[in-house]
Amino acid sequence: MLEQSRSTRITLRCVALAYLALLLGIPVGLVLYRTFEHGVGAVWDSVTTPAAIHAFSLTLEIAAIAVPLNTVLGILTALVLVRGRIRGKAILEAIVDLPFAISPVVVGLALILVYGRIGWFGPWLADHGIAIIFSLPGMVLATVFVSLPFVAREVSPVLREIGDEQEQAAATLGASSWQTFWRVTLPAIRWGVAYGVVLTVARCIGEFGAVSVVSGKIAGQTETLTLLVEKRFTNFDLAGAYAASALLAIIALATLLAMTRLNPRKDH
Amino acid sequence: MSTPLLSEGVGGPDSPPAQPAGPRGGTARPTRVHRRARAGGTGPLGIGVVTIWLSLIVLLPLAAVTVKALDDGTGTFWDAVSSKQAVNALVFTLVVSLVAAAINAVTGTLVAWVLVRDDFKGKGAVNALIDLPFALPTIVAGLTLIALYGKNSPVGIDVTYTRTAVLLALLFVTLPFVVRSVQPVLIELDREMEEASTSLGATPGQTFRHIVLPNLRPAILSGAALSFARAVGEFGSIVLISGNVPFQTEVSSVYIFKLQESSQNPIAAAAVAVVLLLVSLVVLIGIRVLERRGGDHA
Repeated sequence: MLEQSRSTRITLRCVALAYLALLLGIPVGLVLYRTFEHGVGAVWDSVTTPAAIHAFSLTLEIAAIAVPLNTVLGILTALVLVRGRIRGKAILEAIVDLPFAISPVVVGLALILVYGRIGWFGPWLADHGIAIIFSLPGMVLATVFVSLPFVAREVSPVLREIGDEQEQAAATLGASSWQTFWRVTLPAIRWGVAYGVVLTVARCIGEFGAVSVVSGKIAGQTETLTLLVEKRFTNFDLAGAYAASALLAIIALATLLAMTRLNPRKDH
Repeated sequence: MSTPLLSEGVGGPDSPPAQPAGPRGGTARPTRVHRRARAGGTGPLGIGVVTIWLSLIVLLPLAAVTVKALDDGTGTFWDAVSSKQAVNALVFTLVVSLVAAAINAVTGTLVAWVLVRDDFKGKGAVNALIDLPFALPTIVAGLTLIALYGKNSPVGIDVTYTRTAVLLALLFVTLPFVVRSVQPVLIELDREMEEASTSLGATPGQTFRHIVLPNLRPAILSGAALSFARAVGEFGSIVLISGNVPFQTEVSSVYIFKLQESSQNPIAAAAVAVVLLLVSLVVLIGIRVLERRGGDHA
């Protein structure tokens, strides 16, 4: 062990903690304090206005579609990436990682150029009266895009680690591939799946950039909770922005709690 | 309670006549041999579904943005990406992201070190707090920073609408990357080398520089690269605090957003987006190479 003198250790600790406090702890604490300084009642009123309730339920609605989609297809993607015998796995892996690196604004713009008025399918969709951009489907597509990698990324290493001996044994004993998956594979990867789902939920609820571009921000129609925060802030309704933020922050803290409980890297 | 114990008794009076052990292998029914046992989904059907899914959700939009950017010819494309404002925004984005990644490399390593090698009350809470920027929506992150470093700052510091504000927002959202990539390596690190180094008379500083740091370098680099990748595309946390002043605090994401929204010029927006997309791709490939190399060393 590196022999740190007591003073070095204390200094390093103080610098690290001060950095975290100034960047993270104090700002977050201050926002929570500012939100609740006029009492819980004011906050409650602010998050139960019709606009806020609609924004909240729209956010949940989008997450309720995007999360199951990304969970099922994320598990399938991980299975193909780890167990599949296919060429070009590296390319497939890179495609799965892409949403991590791409700016959400580019994602939104790209969707407009496929489904929007001037997009590839725009005229056809307009002829058939199907609205994707500036309505729910577009927002779901944007959210699915940005939260696509999480489940696949969390499940892949677990699949690699457990190996396929048990799956082979099950198959040798006559289990169909579906039974093998359901009885052998899924129980083994369930914590990885759970962790991935938690990250996906957090990302879906918190997405701002991509949704902002494709939503058109129509008040009472396509306004999610994060968009409401922005609108209230730019309309100088600071208390309202803080209240909606606090709601999101509480969801984030619950996510954080779930993350520390579930983190597959720690639960050995 | 005792029954199962009894029934397990080997060679008890009730035990059935021992079967000759030999035939077991010989008389086994010819079992179907699954040479390649498959978990559901890795068959051709699963591969097909995943390919269609990824193409539809990820590749189709990215193809559209690339093709649309070139709709009016390469001349228009070039004009859009080489306009003064676009170049300025891109250069600022790259520089500020690089600075954020560099700061993260230092502070992230320091935080990881303290979390692994030090012990103090509330360490578990601090450790959990590190992930907060991943869980907190970016727009809330921006608002949070404004509360402490904005107009109504209780400590009298107002950085809004400055380049410092952009850096601050990027440091906030990218905080976990280096910490979380260095931490596991530091936990696994064999301390005997450090002990040997110290017993041979090296100062703590020398031991850190020559023994610890070389072992951490791949993790630090890959964490910093992830921070950079995230920073280049960041939007939500910057948009409120930076004021989006052209030629000053405007990053590429915000520039694309403005082009798309106000000037009704999606072709120009797409052109700039393609450049940003290329930057993301290059960074992503760089991270893969780094990780592969780091994996070889491990």
